[in-house]
Amino acid sequence: MTEMDAGLVAEQIVQSDQVNEPTSRSEVGRPRRRKEDTRLLTGRTQWTDNLSRPGMLHVMYLRSPMAHARITRVDVSGARDLPGVVAAFSGEDFAAEQGSLPCAWPVSDDIVIPDHPPMAVSEVRYVGEAVACVVATDRYRAADALDAIEVDYEPLPAVLDMNEALAEGSPKVHEAGNKAFSAKLTSGDLDAAFEGAPVVIDRTYVQQRLIPSAMEPRAVLADTDGESFTLWTSTQIPHVLRVMLAMVTGVPEHRIRVIAPDVGGGFGSKLQVTAEEVLGLLLTRKLGKPVKWTESRSEGNLTVHHGRDQIQHVRLAADADGRIRGLQVSLLADMGAYLMLVSPGIPMLGASMFNAIYKMDAYEFACTGVFTTKMPTDAYRGAGRPEATFAIERMMDELAAELDLDPVEVRRRNWIRHEEFPYTTISGLTYDSGNYEAATDRALALFGYDKLRAEQSDRRDRGDPVQLGIGVSTYTEMCGLAPSRMLGEANYGAGGWEHGAVRMLPTGKVEVITGTSPHGQGHVTSWSQIAADALGVPFEDVTVLHGDTAIAHKGMDTYGSRSLVIGGVAVLKACDKVKEKARTLAAHVLECSPDDLEFESGAFEVRGTESRKTIQELALAAFTAHDLPDGVEARLDSEATFDPENYSFPHGTHLCAVEVDTETGMVKIRSYVAVDDVGKVVNPLIVEGQVHGGIAQGIAQALFEEAVYDADGNLLTTTMADYLLPSAADLPGFTLDRTETPATSNPLGVKGVGEAGTIASTPAVVNAVVDALRPRGVHDVRMPCTPERIWRALNDGAQEGARP
Amino acid sequence: MIPAQFDYARPASLDEACQALASDEDAKVLAGGQSLLPLLRMRLAYPSTLVDVGRLPDLRGVHDRGDHVFIGAMTTHDEVVRSEVVTAGCPLVALATAMVADRAIRHRGTFGGSLAHADPAGDLPAVVLALDAVLVARSASGEREIPAAGFFVDYLESALEPGEILTGVKIPKLGAGWGFHYEKFHRTAQSWAIVGVAAAVKRSNGAITEARIGLTNMGEKPLRARATEAALRGVELGDQVRLACEEAAADTSPPADLHAQPDYRRHLARVLTHRAVRTAAGSP
Ligand SMILES: Cc1cc2nc3c(=O)[nH]c(=O)nc-3n(C[C@H](O)[C@H](O)[C@H](O)COP(=O)(O)OP(=O)(O)OC[C@H]3O[C@@H](n4cnc5c(N)ncnc54)[C@H](O)[C@@H]3O)c2cc1C
Repeated sequence: MTEMDAGLVAEQIVQSDQVNEPTSRSEVGRPRRRKEDTRLLTGRTQWTDNLSRPGMLHVMYLRSPMAHARITRVDVSGARDLPGVVAAFSGEDFAAEQGSLPCAWPVSDDIVIPDHPPMAVSEVRYVGEAVACVVATDRYRAADALDAIEVDYEPLPAVLDMNEALAEGSPKVHEAGNKAFSAKLTSGDLDAAFEGAPVVIDRTYVQQRLIPSAMEPRAVLADTDGESFTLWTSTQIPHVLRVMLAMVTGVPEHRIRVIAPDVGGGFGSKLQVTAEEVLGLLLTRKLGKPVKWTESRSEGNLTVHHGRDQIQHVRLAADADGRIRGLQVSLLADMGAYLMLVSPGIPMLGASMFNAIYKMDAYEFACTGVFTTKMPTDAYRGAGRPEATFAIERMMDELAAELDLDPVEVRRRNWIRHEEFPYTTISGLTYDSGNYEAATDRALALFGYDKLRAEQSDRRDRGDPVQLGIGVSTYTEMCGLAPSRMLGEANYGAGGWEHGAVRMLPTGKVEVITGTSPHGQGHVTSWSQIAADALGVPFEDVTVLHGDTAIAHKGMDTYGSRSLVIGGVAVLKACDKVKEKARTLAAHVLECSPDDLEFESGAFEVRGTESRKTIQELALAAFTAHDLPDGVEARLDSEATFDPENYSFPHGTHLCAVEVDTETGMVKIRSYVAVDDVGKVVNPLIVEGQVHGGIAQGIAQALFEEAVYDADGNLLTTTMADYLLPSAADLPGFTLDRTETPATSNPLGVKGVGEAGTIASTPAVVNAVVDALRPRGVHDVRMPCTPERIWRALNDGAQEGARP
Repeated sequence: MIPAQFDYARPASLDEACQALASDEDAKVLAGGQSLLPLLRMRLAYPSTLVDVGRLPDLRGVHDRGDHVFIGAMTTHDEVVRSEVVTAGCPLVALATAMVADRAIRHRGTFGGSLAHADPAGDLPAVVLALDAVLVARSASGEREIPAAGFFVDYLESALEPGEILTGVKIPKLGAGWGFHYEKFHRTAQSWAIVGVAAAVKRSNGAITEARIGLTNMGEKPLRARATEAALRGVELGDQVRLACEEAAADTSPPADLHAQPDYRRHLARVLTHRAVRTAAGSP
């Protein structure tokens, strides 16, 4: 290192030290500011829509205005003649080559996976399904030309309600009927648990349909050199997508390269193989030119896969002291019109989670997937686990109310005690670690629980028009998706491992390559911290490459709070291998036995001497290769694939206080405390950000968001004026804290944090709303708890506060 | 979301703008574009030409004209909120404008555009109606004044004739003894009012001597709560005010949409009117 270089590095360290005030030399645990952010915040971004290729064309899709109809005629000829139009196609033009959009998770033997053409050919089954397209020299001409396409539809009946869809004689979405699949899980003797139980609670909850609403709308750019294809796309899953594109279209996998450039959020919505990605590839193949598509927000609301949408029938039997005897869950899950990548798997991800952190004697889970003429549903932040957590945490509050017990006390009486870990639950999962007592005690203290309860009872006594409600949610989640063996048992179409690689460059700088595909989570920063510690190199000397199948050639991508737990560990393991190679080389250079070397602060030191070599120096020695021991390769580069043996189980306690204006029904969140246990923390700043955003998104389900279809199957919430997303102005500050019970299932001790906030917060908020209204005879308000629903619940005694 | 093709004109003078509109009946005035552009992008409107009046200096700014405040049509919401003339002369306008949408939109959207658009869910139509303002319009054939009571004709329809440009609004200054409040009920900070109530209340010796109440989003156009206004005359603060406000939804025809059903809107109108009147009358 030259003096100038050394000076520069020193300066960087000083600067970053000022920012972060480290307390130890360890990178892991430091609140490092994100390496990504300067570029992202100053607009030097590579969103797919920012990219341009020479001769690039633009495609726009004509979408079905009908929820269900036979297509009797499509005439695109009018569009073809318009200025700037290069081509126009209907579904017929793709029929021979477009294949069927894949479903990778046949969850049961009775599953029906209908053919799902990327562009509809003979029948449309939801409003927004693509029926034709125009390719033009610019988007404006393409949009104008869509008006010139003629489509004749023969209307078929819309199928919108799940119960009606399953009834005898219902119109059918697909030939085979409206039942997509059924699945069941039982454990223990349920009849015995319910028989003679002093308390039985029976409730039905509705998980409304949600629209994921990532900040960046989807975009796809496809190009070809005549032989191979490159697809830039706003995706969470470049690797999975590449495999699937090859399987769907028959284009050989080695001729497809998928690049996820900067991706502006996904929340599961970009964990998909979309019609527009397949069609993009086919269009560039047909035309031999680059073709780009970027959706509008309204187009996205219609055609980005939706989330949640379940009807949950839940029964709980308990003893008089509140101890749970048995839990029975029966779900209807709306699949929408087709099964997409993991649609049927979403409710099944909740199958083992309704029992949550509680002990019980018997458990039954049954789920029926239902076809309707709506946009398909699929993964949305939490995917199956928020639904489960919501139901059980609502039930725990109902149980407390029934027995006139404090809701925290009821939970205490049922949860797995700290000393009982590892614990195998009634649904068969083994929770490795946890400390519900610690998280709950901390949350209660931060919240000022007793004081708020006192205020609540005072307001009740006074008949204050503004009532206070307190909501509790003690959640756990199953994260780190997923051990490949368990995925195999669940009949999922792939494994759950992750890949990491480290390239030691001649100057000692480090390239980390990860198979995870960050789209807002800050992996570049966290993975740099992990590698910096493992290799003993400066944080600034590490860069992280990802999201391009030609660079990060192997991966399972980012979803299900898996990236750190699996991908971060893979990086750690690759670093370990680099170190082992370096040790061999160091022993050779320092003329000692490898066993005499100690690795400390990035250098190998001969024990008891001053003699040392840094790993960065050894990288140069490997590069020059002038003096390598026999049989040693001229590189320290290494890779590793990590496959966990178990899931990880973050948990925590969220407490929410709301003020409900009983005159208008308006809910105001007064305070919100979250104490999460996500195991070891690599970067507290990033963890807080994830929790913060997660809570906001969970509150949004509780109070604001709902995708609404009318009686004809038209989506009414196509704009952000109708689909309400809360902004910073609508949310309080959150009080966040953590307890730290390391996971035992991976060497970093990490558990994952991407979904925790979303999973925990929805029931905390609804529990608080119901708690405020309970003295007025209300025991449920349907989500989102709009002012109008609350007003109706108060005035009509309508327990569900359902939309009239 | 891409608009259909249109021509664009940016006249340098008001006369030129009037000419441009007179010569093309499918032309439309473009002000801040915060309502018009969404309509174009959703292809709900297909104007032939947009006549951008954004550079006409005469249309912008706030003036103290003695007995009234004159607000130029192209004055942005943000400029209105910051104007001391508005805050002093017609504070109700400032209170309501501060609640329009969010900061970014308030920097583009204009006072005149909000009125010309005649959206009953907009916050400002009910305010100018409550204040008995007078709207000034220009066309190739001259200028005319339209009282607010006659300006709002129907849903998204004002009394402006094709070819007319709204140049500004005269807002009478109400004298001493008046208090004001705008009560907006909406679910997120930047969303439109489910119901809004604009109240101007005059008190003397503890009693209400006059009240003017405008209702947002309670019909096809902004409305006055005339029955409540009448019932409030001469009333002392207290229970009687609440009773008077029970009439607030009389003669309204509130819409049914995703955000609320009519019966709930009527209920809100009563509750919010009570709150607005109480606050305007200076009692918490
Ligand atoms: C997300 C969002 C939220 C909003 N929320 C609110 C809200 O909460 N409350 C609220 O009141 N408003 C809200 N608005 C609307 C905003 O206040 C707009 O600024 C206003 O409605 C229109 O003003 P503009 O200057 O943008 O008019 P434009 O959009 O340019 O024009 C609107 C219409 O008025 C006509 N027009 C404009 N100026 C003139 C003129 N001088 N003479 C003749 N005709 C004219 C145009 O031809 C057009 O038909 C919101 C808008 C958005 C995008």
